[in-house]
Amino acid sequence: MVNLGFSIGALHFKNPVLTASGTFGYGSEFDDFIDVSRLGGIILKGTTLEPREGNPYPRMAETAAGMLNSVGLQNKGIEYFEEHIYPKVMNYDTNVIANINGSYIEDYIALAERFNKLEKITAIELNISCPNVKMGGMAFGTNPDSARAVVRGVRAVYSKILIVKLSPNVTDITEFARIAEEEGADSVSLINTLLGMKVDIAALKPSLATVTGGLSGPAVKPVALRMVWQVANTVKIPVIGMGGIMNAGDALEFFMAGADAVQIGTASFTDPQASVTVLEGIEKYLSDKGYGDIKEIVGIVNKKR
Amino acid sequence: MAKRIEDFTIRENRRLSNDIFVLEISGNSYLPELRPGQFVEVRIDGSPETFLRRPLSIHDVDRDTNSIKLLVQIAGKGTEKLSMLKTGEKINIIYPLGNSFSMPEENEHFLLVGGGCGVAPLLFLAKHLLVQGYSPEILLGFRNRDRIIELDEYQSIGPVYLTTEDGSKGEKGYVTSHSVLKNEHFDRIYCCGPHSMLQAVAGYCQRNNTECEVSLENLMACGIGVCLCCVVDTVRGNLCTCTDGPVFNIKELKW
Repeated sequence: MVNLGFSIGALHFKNPVLTASGTFGYGSEFDDFIDVSRLGGIILKGTTLEPREGNPYPRMAETAAGMLNSVGLQNKGIEYFEEHIYPKVMNYDTNVIANINGSYIEDYIALAERFNKLEKITAIELNISCPNVKMGGMAFGTNPDSARAVVRGVRAVYSKILIVKLSPNVTDITEFARIAEEEGADSVSLINTLLGMKVDIAALKPSLATVTGGLSGPAVKPVALRMVWQVANTVKIPVIGMGGIMNAGDALEFFMAGADAVQIGTASFTDPQASVTVLEGIEKYLSDKGYGDIKEIVGIVNKKR
Repeated sequence: MAKRIEDFTIRENRRLSNDIFVLEISGNSYLPELRPGQFVEVRIDGSPETFLRRPLSIHDVDRDTNSIKLLVQIAGKGTEKLSMLKTGEKINIIYPLGNSFSMPEENEHFLLVGGGCGVAPLLFLAKHLLVQGYSPEILLGFRNRDRIIELDEYQSIGPVYLTTEDGSKGEKGYVTSHSVLKNEHFDRIYCCGPHSMLQAVAGYCQRNNTECEVSLENLMACGIGVCLCCVVDTVRGNLCTCTDGPVFNIKELKW
């Protein structure tokens, strides 16, 4: 038996395969395809204080080995979540993590306080990297001072595990990882989507109603991997890597580059069983190679250089 | 209704015209309940340029052979790849997805209206209605006589009214200008086709106090209500075409 478990602070995960926010709904959408409780954790669709209708259609464009989206954090708000969605995620035998978003620091703080009271939500992922909202989102994650302020504000009111989701749309992502660590974050996750664009040449206009959107899928994997490697070599807190992971081999690259855990994102759109398939593939690889613990390969590329 | 992910085998890939084909695919096990209006998400293998699945309406179902027919128009690289699949090859699908057309109320006079390749879900709907004891009438519109998609099956179900834009067969014009819509009153219309046709039919229905359900086709990634990309603006806010639709009552749509 290979030990796949890992911990962020006092929070234990039975394995390091999680699902990325915005690509896994609230879990129940996948009940027909997989046993969600087999995963190390699920990160729920981003929540805001007030309901949001998101951006106009079209919000998606297929690109080479990936897709652009500009959904814009469509969700029904924290109150609806507490009343209607929270009871449904209670039964998953895994870590259920909320992803929180806001236009102002006060929004993030208010949300963190609300989620702090929900027993089943064992951690929050602070999304300061959404590229698809006019105010807030990535604006917090691309300015060092506002990044520091929002992490500090949330840390002051949130007593459970705090993960900060970093934006790749910066010159030096390690600066933001360090800020998160200094301000008391328990972990960082990266990368959110890369800002991109597509033009519809038949219509002579942008393919997305918002012109730009977030690129995800295999196309971003080399960039994501590089950033995970940089961040893992910068901070001591656990690093959760994501970006274009389609199979176990992709995930193993992230572990070897220094990630303590991974998130499966866009792959769940093309294969709703991808997360479990990746988990099984990781276990098989480690077992075939004679490893007893996944930690033996985390960051191993640094030893082999 | 539980969704499945399964490999299906191509039974037949039949060209109807230079850019329209019928893909008949069969599963290894008994098909689950399938309802008219529902769709499948087909994976396109072999190229990074066709990364996402393609949503395709269920055109027809044959329970004896556990097979589903998909009527497809080549619209890009994904559908082009599908058009080249050969008998015996496999494709992976997620199904059944989406809601379905509602059944007519008692004694309602109703009509199925389709245009171009958008007729896809209407054959399954017409057959289903017939089995349920209804008498479907069908109005179909095409650009010209060469674009007409096999009418025999529709004609075996009920009366078929036809328009072509150039008048090369049936009445000349769009479906909304067909005489049957002037001469008769319909209590309910089921419609699928190009967006402009849906809007024209919806306009007719609003003017004539006719219940109307349309099947929408939006850009889609996941097909299971997760990515929130395929939304349509409705009186209930943005709804997913994949899970809240693809069939909507026009009273719900803000378009």
